[in-house]
Amino acid sequence: MNEQPRRRDTRLFPRPLDIANGRVDMTHGGGGRAMAQLVSEIFGQAFDNEFLSQGNDMAVMPPADGRLVMSTDGYVISPLFFPGGDIGSLAVHGTINDVAMSGATPLYLSASFIIEEGLPLADLRRIVLSMADASRAAGVPIVTGDTKVVERGKADGVFISTAGVGVLADGLEIGGDRIQEGDAILVSGSIGDHGIAILSKRENLDFETAIESDSAPLHRMIRAMVEAEPEIHCLRDPTRGGLAATLNELANQSGVGLVLEEEALPIKPAVRGACELLGIDPLGVANEGKLLAFCPKDKAEALLAVMQAAPFGSDAAIIGHVVADPLKLVRLETSFGSERVVEWLNGEQLPRIC
Amino acid sequence: MKYATEFRDGKLARKIAAAIDAECTPDRSYTFMEFCGGHTHTIARYGLEEMLPKSIRLVHGPGCPVCVLPVGRVDSAIELARDHGVILCSYGDMMRVPGSHRMSLLRAKAAGADIRMVWSTLDALKIARENPDREVAFLAIGFETTTPPTAMALKIAKAERLTNFSIFCNHVLTPAAMRAILDGESLPLQGIIGPGHVSAVIGIEPYQEFADRGQAIVVAGFEPLDLLQAILMLTRQVNEGRPRVENAYVRALPAVGNPKAREVIAETLQLRGAFEWRGLGRLPDSALRVADDYADFDAELKFQLPYRAVPDPKSCACADVVRGLKRPEQCPLFGRTCTPDEPIGSCMVSSEGGCAAHWLYGRHRNKAAA
Repeated sequence: MNEQPRRRDTRLFPRPLDIANGRVDMTHGGGGRAMAQLVSEIFGQAFDNEFLSQGNDMAVMPPADGRLVMSTDGYVISPLFFPGGDIGSLAVHGTINDVAMSGATPLYLSASFIIEEGLPLADLRRIVLSMADASRAAGVPIVTGDTKVVERGKADGVFISTAGVGVLADGLEIGGDRIQEGDAILVSGSIGDHGIAILSKRENLDFETAIESDSAPLHRMIRAMVEAEPEIHCLRDPTRGGLAATLNELANQSGVGLVLEEEALPIKPAVRGACELLGIDPLGVANEGKLLAFCPKDKAEALLAVMQAAPFGSDAAIIGHVVADPLKLVRLETSFGSERVVEWLNGEQLPRIC
Repeated sequence: MKYATEFRDGKLARKIAAAIDAECTPDRSYTFMEFCGGHTHTIARYGLEEMLPKSIRLVHGPGCPVCVLPVGRVDSAIELARDHGVILCSYGDMMRVPGSHRMSLLRAKAAGADIRMVWSTLDALKIARENPDREVAFLAIGFETTTPPTAMALKIAKAERLTNFSIFCNHVLTPAAMRAILDGESLPLQGIIGPGHVSAVIGIEPYQEFADRGQAIVVAGFEPLDLLQAILMLTRQVNEGRPRVENAYVRALPAVGNPKAREVIAETLQLRGAFEWRGLGRLPDSALRVADDYADFDAELKFQLPYRAVPDPKSCACADVVRGLKRPEQCPLFGRTCTPDEPIGSCMVSSEGGCAAHWLYGRHRNKAAA
C-alpha cells in the first residue's frame, strides 16, 4: 500500500472542492474535470491502496490460493445515517459478510456509487470516510470503483453497490442446502437491532431508543469458527426479513424442519419493547451484524464458545434444532408453552432497510 | 414489558384452562364469538383453542377493520389518489387490500399515485402543512378505537384552517355489527368477547342490549391470559344462566370508557344513514361520516366520491368468515389462490383477519403435531 496519502494535484485542480458548502451537481458525473476531481479528492484519498492507485478502470490482483468466492449487493437504505452506522459502513460490512458466509476469507471489494444531484459533498465525504474506515478495520481494501450522478429526484441521496471477492480453503463445504436433521441452530447475538434502529429514525416515526444498528463485519468470527469446527453445515446472515425469512429460506433449501425455542432467542429489552409497541415480530426484523450457524448437535457447545470469544459474538446462543419435516416448516416453541409456525413476513412495513 | 409478559405466563394459562375445563358441564356445548381481530390474532398466535375443552367453540367475528371494508370503498380510496391527484395517507394495513380488478393502494402507488403510509393522523396533518399546494386526504378506517385520532385531526385541521386537508371517513361501530350478527344468519351464540380497546372509548354500557338478549358479554384485553380469563367468565355466566356485561380488563379499562374522546367524536363526526359492510351488508346507523360543521374537510364531498357497491370476488368466503358461518379453511380459495402475499379476500390481508391469522399460525398446527 502507498505510504503517502495522495495529494491534490494543483495543476489539474487549482481550487479544492468546497466540501463544507458544496453539493454534487451533474458535472460531477459528466466525465470531465469536475468528476476527476471528485473521484480524486473524495474517493481516491479515502480509499487509497496499491490496487486503486494503479489508476485503471480495473484492478489487477495476485493469484489466490483456493477457490474464488464472489458476491454483490446494493445498498439503498433510508436514512443514510443511522445510530450505529451509515450507508457506507453498511455497504462494506454487508458484502464482506455475504462472502464470508461461505467460509471464505474476503480479500477485495469494489464500490459503485449512484449519487443524486444535490447531495451535500460533506455527506458524501462522511459516507466515503466511513467506508474507508470500515474497509481498513476489516482488512479488506476497496480496489476498484465507479461514480454516476443522476438528476435530483431520480435517486435518494446515494445508492451504493459493492462486490466482494474472497478465497475459500479446500475442505470447507458450507451452504444453505447442507443442513441436516439433528443439527443445532446458533445465532451470533441479539436479534432485530438493525431494523429497530432504522425504524426509530424514519421521519414519520421518530421514537427515542438507545438501540444501535448491529452492522459489523463477521469474517473474523467465521474464520475462528471454521478453524475450530470445519464441519459447520451452513452459515447465513439474517438480514432483510430477519430470522423468519432466512430460516424459511434455509428450511426449503435443505428440505428440513426447524424448531426454535423462544426462551433462547437473544433479544434486547429495548428491541422487544419497540416491537411490542409497533406490533411487529422481532423474528421478522432485519439484522446486519449477525449470523445463523448450523452444525452437528455434539459440536454445538464448542462452536458456541468460539463464537462467544470472537468479535461481535459475545451474546451468541443456541436457539434451536433441525428436524425431519416434509412440510419444511419453521416452528417456534413459545415461552407460553404452545407452538406456532414462523412464516415469512410481508415486509413492506420496512422498505429500504439496507 | 411488564404488564404484557406477565399476561403471557404459560403455567398460569394452563391453570385457567383447567378451571375452564372444570367449569364446563358435560354434554353441553358453548359457542362464543371473539368479536375483535386482535383477539383472533392472539388466539391463533398462542394456540389457545388447543388448550380449551372440546365443548367450547370459538367463532371469529367481524372486528377487523380492513376485513369489513367493502370493495367499493377501497375503489374510492384508489380513485381519490389516482384520479384526483391527492396525496392519500393511509395506515399500513390498508395498502394491500384488494379493490376491483386486483388493484390495491400498493399497486396504485407503483403505478404513480401519491400514496403515503402513515402511523398516525398527525403524520397526515404534517404532510398537509408541508404541501400547501397539494390536496392531502387521510383514509380513516377502523372501529371506535381508531376514531378519536380522526376526530382530533378534524379539530386540528379546522383550528389551523388547513384548507388542503380532508378525511375519507370509513369509521364503523362495534355495537351495530354485533346487532347485525345476532339479527342475521349466524351460528347460535351464547356469548361474546368484547374488544377492550373499543370499550376504552365507548365503555361497557353499550353492550347491555346484548346481555338483555341473552348473550353473555365479557370485555377483555389482548394477551392470552386476558382471553382465557374472559372465556372462563363467559362459561360461568352461561352455567349460571345469568347473562350480563362484565369487564375482565379492569387494569386498563374504566367501565365508563373515555367520555372526553366521545365528546370530540360527537363534535366532529356523525352517524351515517347506512353503510355497507363486507359480509354484513348495508347496516343502518352503523358508521360515521364527517359532521356537517366540518363538511369542508370531508373528502367524499370535496371530491364528489360516489359510493358504488361492488360484489365480492367470486367464491371468496370472507362474507361468511366474518359472520362466523365458515372457518377460513372452508373457503375454496384459502391457501390456493388467496394467500397473504396475493390476497383476494380482505380477511387474508391484515394479520387480524381470520384467514391471515389461520394462515400464519393455525394451518399447519394439526399436521405439525401429527
